[in-house]
Amino acid sequence: MNSELLIKNGRVIDPANGVDKKCDVLIVDGNIAEVAEEIQNSKFKIQNCKTVIDAAGKLVVPGLIDIHVHFREPGDEEEETIASGSAAAVAGGFTSVVCMPNTNPPIENETDVEYIHRKGRQARKTHVYTMGAITKKREGVELAEMGLMAEAGAVGFTDDGNGVQDPAVMLRALKYATMFDVVIAQHCQDNGFAGDGVMNAGFHSTILGLPGIDALAEEAMLWRDIQLVKKTNIRYHAQHISTAGSVELIRAAKKNSLPITCEVTPHHLLLTEQRCAEYDTNYKVNPPLRTERDIEALKEAIAEGLVGALATDHAPHLQSEKELEFLAAPFGIASLECALGLYVKALLEPGVLDWPGLIRLMTEKPANIIGVDKGTLGKGKQADVTIIDPDAEYEIDVNKFRSKSRNCPYHGWTVKGKVEKTIVGGEIRFEA
Amino acid sequence: MNRRSKKFKWQRKHLLGLRDLSAEEITYILDTAKGFEQVSKRSVKKAPPLRGKVVCNLFFEDSTRTRNSFALAASRLSADIIEFTKKSSSVSKGETLLDTAKNLEAMGIDIVVIRHSAGGAPKFLSRSINACVVNAGDGFCEHPTQGLLDIYTIRKIKGTLEGLKIAIVGDIAHSRVARSNIWAMSKLGAEVILVGPPTLMPAQVSRLPVSVSYTLDEVIEKVDVINMLRIQFERLGGNPFPSVREYSHYFGLTVERMKRAKPDILVMHPGPINRGLEIESEVADGPNSVILEQVTNGLAVRMAVLFLVNQAAAQWK
Repeated sequence: MNSELLIKNGRVIDPANGVDKKCDVLIVDGNIAEVAEEIQNSKFKIQNCKTVIDAAGKLVVPGLIDIHVHFREPGDEEEETIASGSAAAVAGGFTSVVCMPNTNPPIENETDVEYIHRKGRQARKTHVYTMGAITKKREGVELAEMGLMAEAGAVGFTDDGNGVQDPAVMLRALKYATMFDVVIAQHCQDNGFAGDGVMNAGFHSTILGLPGIDALAEEAMLWRDIQLVKKTNIRYHAQHISTAGSVELIRAAKKNSLPITCEVTPHHLLLTEQRCAEYDTNYKVNPPLRTERDIEALKEAIAEGLVGALATDHAPHLQSEKELEFLAAPFGIASLECALGLYVKALLEPGVLDWPGLIRLMTEKPANIIGVDKGTLGKGKQADVTIIDPDAEYEIDVNKFRSKSRNCPYHGWTVKGKVEKTIVGGEIRFEA
Repeated sequence: MNRRSKKFKWQRKHLLGLRDLSAEEITYILDTAKGFEQVSKRSVKKAPPLRGKVVCNLFFEDSTRTRNSFALAASRLSADIIEFTKKSSSVSKGETLLDTAKNLEAMGIDIVVIRHSAGGAPKFLSRSINACVVNAGDGFCEHPTQGLLDIYTIRKIKGTLEGLKIAIVGDIAHSRVARSNIWAMSKLGAEVILVGPPTLMPAQVSRLPVSVSYTLDEVIEKVDVINMLRIQFERLGGNPFPSVREYSHYFGLTVERMKRAKPDILVMHPGPINRGLEIESEVADGPNSVILEQVTNGLAVRMAVLFLVNQAAAQWK
């Protein structure tokens, strides 16, 4: 035995195995060796155990998983790199992340996928996965090499940033993908409805004189895709849904037992279109911030179990890019490092979820969506573990972010739920 | 300095829009403008209050009357004027708006008059520089001095806006003039009726302090003022109405329609006019038209605005 790590006295929450109790977790050679009460030293000769962590009063959970991040590499390394994004990830408690393929150039072949993996390994922080593009150059015209990318380890496909506009192309993509066991994810946005919009279409866009993106832009494409999934029965994942209408569509699809999942971001649970009132571009995000009614619908969906994952859509941008007119600034919010506290505020504090419910949507369920053997503390699994102080309050300070970017509207917010340690493959990769 | 009202003191060093102003503030600007109207009637058309100050006309969109009106207003107040025009609205390429403004500020400008295609650009600027910012039109958000001069013109002729019925006709969705009009006119007690095709109404228009009609023929009979908006072909996305001909048929202010209007109806237009499209020439040039008076009054209103923001800035120092 080369390395041993014992986490003692924590409240272990492992939803995949139905565990929620005070016990110890023993990690040997990078894998989970045992989860049990009062693990006896002698059994594993723990007198040699170099590291013992006292987690009394803390939560010990499977490493958190974020299936929607933008690490901007290759192409926009001034905003984020896989190294800086990975450091942000472990600081946020995430032991696995899924990069989106809308880089420059986009991730559209096996070499691109391998590049992301290599950069992730070199960063030695979090497990870095990637999705590949559905279509070449994310143009929505010709299919990208999904099969070869899947073989190289791509965990799904999306043209994120764009929705696949042409219904025939989308149908072709779904049909083709039935050869492989993969998930097709979609940024649901019908550009015909979205036009050149920069915020939610409604009263606030009217008074601010800004072009709006109607909820229909998202719902029309989601509705269309659901019809296509009925035809193909392939696993389909709706990314960052933001409207009450989308919730209705997902609810109906689930009722019909279609293989459809969806994710929700922190900002669509915490912020409304009203935040755009001062033209602060940190609130410019796509899909746009919607209304209180939409937030309520998203929370109901989460409470009902309609939502498969909480995902940040961490989208870093430089301050100089955001210091522009609202029309000209890029879309996106960087929130990877404070995401847990935001979910606690959005979902735990109002009683939408309890801790096991929250952890499940950040571990087991997202792992299932992308089909990786992660998100549990089962015996023999790779030891990805996050230790959380559930009661610790802290103030979000963008100046302390490991991320290269600061486009985070939560600066100065006080949140509860602090990541104490992030363990990846048995190694402590982050300590508060 | 405040001759008219002892109790009220103007506090704003920026004029970004009329939505945030109180009825009292709007009235105060109009009253101040009344004083400046006299300056333009003198043989020496100049007053000294902005002597030694620098006003920068920062225009990112085409403009003839607004830009010249501000330039003339500033020069009548004895300010120095810098003209900066940049046609490209895509400031993300090249120098940013903020850098441009900061560079101008480094030269020591006191007031920036900005027109920009992006809604909120003046507000964004006001947060980032020390100079006074006056909005000369931002995207389809606001055009406060146009709203003020419209109201000034109405008040001058009708005495008050209280109880007046005012129609605003045309492309409401893309009109900053409409928005500034709506906020200020409703604050001053007028009843605003928006008229135009549903495809040119903004999202959730029902939440604005207005009523909406799609039938100009019904509205024309009951209003005291009709403000005809220009069809802004450069802003229209897609094809919100089938043809200019059909638009004119339903929403054009024709001689025929004018026959059913109140005899003392005021016909207004922010200009430039598309003759024969939203308004027939005979109406635009007819006895009810105050279109050129609007332009004249614009000068007094802009002098008042420059004067007041400068005064407020001096207070802060």
